[in-house]
Amino acid sequence: MKKFISNLSIMIVVAILSACNSAPKVDDATLAGKNTAPVSAVAQVVVPAHLDPNSALSKNRSVYFDFDDFTVKKEYASLVENHGKYAGANSKLTVRVEGNADERGGREYNLALGQKRAEAVVRAMKVYGAKDGQVEPVSYGSEKPKAQGHDETAWAQNRRADVVYMTK
Amino acid sequence: MTANKNHPKYFNWILGALLLIASLNVAAQFRVEVNGVGLSRLPIAFAKFRGEEASPQKISSIVRNDLNLSGQFDGVQYDRVIDESQRPDVNEIKQLGFDAALTGSISQLPDGRYEVRFRLWDIVANEDLGAKSYVVDSSELRLAAHKISDFVFENLTAEKGIFSTRLAFVTKQKSKYTLWVSDIDGENAQSALSSPEPIISPSWSPDGSKIAYVSFESRKPSVYIQSLTDGSRRLLANFKGSNSAPVWSKDGKTLLVALSKNGLHQIYSIDAKGGEPRQFTRSFSIDTEPVFNQDGLNVYFVSDRSGSPQIYKADINGSSVTRITFEGGYNTSPSVSPDGKLLAYISKIGKDFKLKLINMVTSDVIHLTNTVADERPSFSPNGKLIVYATEENGQECLMMTTLDGRVKTRLVVPLGDLREPNWGPYETHR
Repeated sequence: MKKFISNLSIMIVVAILSACNSAPKVDDATLAGKNTAPVSAVAQVVVPAHLDPNSALSKNRSVYFDFDDFTVKKEYASLVENHGKYAGANSKLTVRVEGNADERGGREYNLALGQKRAEAVVRAMKVYGAKDGQVEPVSYGSEKPKAQGHDETAWAQNRRADVVYMTK
Repeated sequence: MTANKNHPKYFNWILGALLLIASLNVAAQFRVEVNGVGLSRLPIAFAKFRGEEASPQKISSIVRNDLNLSGQFDGVQYDRVIDESQRPDVNEIKQLGFDAALTGSISQLPDGRYEVRFRLWDIVANEDLGAKSYVVDSSELRLAAHKISDFVFENLTAEKGIFSTRLAFVTKQKSKYTLWVSDIDGENAQSALSSPEPIISPSWSPDGSKIAYVSFESRKPSVYIQSLTDGSRRLLANFKGSNSAPVWSKDGKTLLVALSKNGLHQIYSIDAKGGEPRQFTRSFSIDTEPVFNQDGLNVYFVSDRSGSPQIYKADINGSSVTRITFEGGYNTSPSVSPDGKLLAYISKIGKDFKLKLINMVTSDVIHLTNTVADERPSFSPNGKLIVYATEENGQECLMMTTLDGRVKTRLVVPLGDLREPNWGPYETHR
């Protein structure tokens, strides 16, 4: 319960901060208020960040790894933090972290490697608030390469874990 | 000739059709590439079987192809028609350099079936080694040919033949994945599963009636068991996380699988009928790719508990774990020979992934290939050949090799990329 309250207070702070950022819009609202049209005629729809392909959350959902390695590098700390917090704040969302490996080596070991990469990302997301059972780590191994080439540039793209918000 | 000139288009069309049929007939065959120097293969002459010209299958050439891919024979067509009731000209055949000869006939019976007869000759000793006949439907002519290959192989090497056994493998054509079961020459291929999502790790049940495999059709890896007799299939393992690497126990009652349901990638044992998995390995590392040894009392598997993937051996309870491979930083995909003496596996050497063979009695290790992306070796049931996946000219393909690496054959099938071979047992269900 305490945790919930503290999460809630963070959300309120975030809401206030974002209100401050959008302060200039207050004038627009006032102008709009001068019109006779009732404000409620246009219901504002805010696309949640995980469904908006242009949101920072959606654009930054891939963690990249070294060969035969499943350590989440420091440069991905904020990415993992953002997703952990977002999942935690939206606990009804189901999330999958899909691990991948480059084509080199055996398919089964690559599957295990992809799984370890996904597990590492899920563990880090839980630190920032993602709930137990909310995020499932799965692996595609080397079966679904994003980059089709056969060189280090392509392999680097394919040693990857993606955070995916599931839609029903 | 004049008719051809008068109707060139008609002629071309027939020629085209004939070529198409011919290419389908040879399309799915293992092509033999002999790399050996100073190789001793038994030279054997294949007479043309009487009546073969009119038969839908050229029996003598199927048998010749089989014996050549075994790596133990140098089979050559002998350009005379000799049936099983005739005595061949032993002196002439001997002078041509052959040690053995196969003769025979094929004829259609009034009920539409075919009778295939053959006789094997020891040319050196001028001795009849035996004859046999099969009466089969036209769809079973290839099987009859493979049984003749088994007869010849067993008579001349005193080892059991593997020509009537089956292979499982996966093809990828654009975004279509298909699991196939075929004769070992790639012919008679039947599709067991077709999917827009990847299929990996097919594994034969010991009685040859089922295949376990990993399918990604639910957007994650899950293990299925499919019957080859009625095509029915069942989800065996679909736990949280990944489910993979199925392999059957010798009695076919349980399987080992790799599951990540507890957040660690460990090997579990699970009843073939389903149910709760029991943890088999216990580590904080990746444990995967289990295989039973020849008597089913030990399990080889891959673990990165040392910091890099290596092959280990455990007892039937998953205890008494000992490390098997020490050379290099990446050794995976173990396959145990049927006599338990050899272990084939994939080893990373520099940038390359190579098929290696370790003699577990002497610890000698040999390299078997010149390719650089070898994967997933699997022994033939008689332990004389290994089938594996590799890459040639950017194409994923299947190869067979003898245990000395001297004779290799490549499966030529126009089905896109070929991968994930697994050699079936002696028992087959057709």
